[in-house]
Amino acid sequence: MSEILGEILQVGFFAAILRIATPLILATIGEMFSERGGVLNLGIEGIMLLGSMTGFTAAYYSGSLWLGILAAMAVGALMALLMGLLTVTLGLSQHVSGIGTTLLCTGLAFFFYRLIFGQPSLPPNVEGFQVAPIPLLAEIPLIGPLLFNQFTLVYLALLLVPAAAFLLNHTSWGLSLRAVGENPRAADGAGVSVAKMRYQGLMLSGMLMGAAGAYLSMAQFNAFTFGVISGRGWVCIALVVFGQWSPWKCLAGALLFGFVDALQLRLQASGVIEIPYQFFLMLPFVLTIVAMALVSRSAIPPAALLVPFRKEER
Amino acid sequence: MIQLRLETRQHTPAWLRLALPLFAILATLVVCGGLVTLAGASVLEAYSKLLLSAVSSKFNFVETLVKAAPIAFTGLAVAVAFRAKFWNIGAEGQLLAGAMAAAFIGGRGALPGWSLVPLMLFSGMAAGAAWALIPAWLKTRYKVDDVVTTLLLNFIMFYLMMALVDGPWKDPLSGYPDSPDIRMDAEFPILLGGTRLHLGVVLAFVAAPLIWFLMRRTTAGFNIRAVGESATAARYAGINIPVVIVGTAALSGALAGLAGVGEVGGIHFQVMAGLSPGYGYTGIVIATLALLNPLGVLPAAFFFAVIITGAEAMSRATGVPVFLADVFQGVALISMLIAILFTQYRVRLRR
Repeated sequence: MSEILGEILQVGFFAAILRIATPLILATIGEMFSERGGVLNLGIEGIMLLGSMTGFTAAYYSGSLWLGILAAMAVGALMALLMGLLTVTLGLSQHVSGIGTTLLCTGLAFFFYRLIFGQPSLPPNVEGFQVAPIPLLAEIPLIGPLLFNQFTLVYLALLLVPAAAFLLNHTSWGLSLRAVGENPRAADGAGVSVAKMRYQGLMLSGMLMGAAGAYLSMAQFNAFTFGVISGRGWVCIALVVFGQWSPWKCLAGALLFGFVDALQLRLQASGVIEIPYQFFLMLPFVLTIVAMALVSRSAIPPAALLVPFRKEER
Repeated sequence: MIQLRLETRQHTPAWLRLALPLFAILATLVVCGGLVTLAGASVLEAYSKLLLSAVSSKFNFVETLVKAAPIAFTGLAVAVAFRAKFWNIGAEGQLLAGAMAAAFIGGRGALPGWSLVPLMLFSGMAAGAAWALIPAWLKTRYKVDDVVTTLLLNFIMFYLMMALVDGPWKDPLSGYPDSPDIRMDAEFPILLGGTRLHLGVVLAFVAAPLIWFLMRRTTAGFNIRAVGESATAARYAGINIPVVIVGTAALSGALAGLAGVGEVGGIHFQVMAGLSPGYGYTGIVIATLALLNPLGVLPAAFFFAVIITGAEAMSRATGVPVFLADVFQGVALISMLIAILFTQYRVRLRR
């Protein structure tokens, strides 16, 4: 037992939680924006994968990691536009549209990766993001190495949370987005374009999902593999429910998941507990379901989530 | 000025139900043709391989039927579940549950040989149903979203399977993480010598009309459709909605489980990582193209079996990545969703 505690109580472990949680924070906040506007974006898993592939490829050929991030965000926005066309303009089932978008994005990511890189014996890789310590702050004992000696994207993800909370709760844009997610008829009556707000929420979500995917292939693994996302997108859907559609609670959920994931990685590596490593891989998914069962009864989704809005119908 | 306007249809003409999937497939072929061109191949050559290699010989044709069996079962599983608006995206995990149960039973030495195949079928259905009951129970009891739980359970089942075949259930004679082969008596009978046309293929063809009958001609089927049409109306009609949801989930899971049983009993004789290349997700595409009609699942499953087998031949001949088949499924699902709009609306020109 003390061995396990020894593994856990290290600054490096807490720093790892933040690194693992970063893509989840980005994608979960993205999904939250989309859902607050009334659209469940189940394209998330595929958009993250396509973002991961696009970002990696752009960085590989341009030599610029940030250009890779931008490319991933652009392709994420493009796929969110498709989601918008299907669910907002055409009012189709958000469930099936999302699964369709994920299947399409997954197929495109595999197709173009094979087309561009072929089947090399060694997968191509990029020199990924390096940690960017913040001067002075990084020197603070304990907190410094934990919070201020990370990738720039980790800082940005952490800053995204208060920014998202402010945008959602203290700006007229946020008010409009929440209005079309709760009562689109009333919002429409007040002169807010329901379609426009939903498209904007979706595209913001797509950009953040693309960036989340790119983080995985350019900061965490520094290469693209077909299994790079392996369910992380679906976990983010659960985290939004767990976070009750609030940015700060979503952050808490992502950190909790990061903790479990970091823990299983440590336990796997330490060999303290001798059980097959697949059980550790399974653990975050099991806990996500348990967490959802605990909160789902009290979680109140946006009232108009999943409901298409047609202006002419009363 | 001419305006396009959508008007609600009172009823859908029958020819439209047949024309829409064909229209969706045509649109998909056009979109994917762009990708083939981008890959530097001739569309005509690539498509002749993609669409015709499955029917180019008797052997290939039978192989395509064999490929169609698991996706017909997952298609049926999804068609039944979606009718009740139980969003079962978990056919993949339920398939694996069924496959594991079949591989386990099929390897028991103590059981009499004649009992193996029926017991595999039964246990596979039970395992698939049990795995689908978890999200149904969470949905009815705790209001947990079924989409998320069924998706997450796919990953849990996959890792569970890999933990077993990499650990206590590993074949001692094999260097790979896979389970021991099932007994000879447990292998599904082959119906056509020299091919892999096994019992599971026939079962898929029998299951589709049976499920059609169940959905259209029985009270249980009526209840399933009523819950999906309008939960409020179903409640007023005195239908116990949680019971219907749980029953639908069990039926759906059992069908997906049979997909796994067939793959173990007729093709692989063991479970391993590559057992299902996403057959559960393909089931969603197939069910949607069939407009959730169990009889329509059969031709849709055959068509996607053609695409999946044809993609290999196309890739070998033209160098177009085999993953065109995956793009094809995504585009087909989206095209069909758009096409379905025309069953509810008609486009009118207005001056």
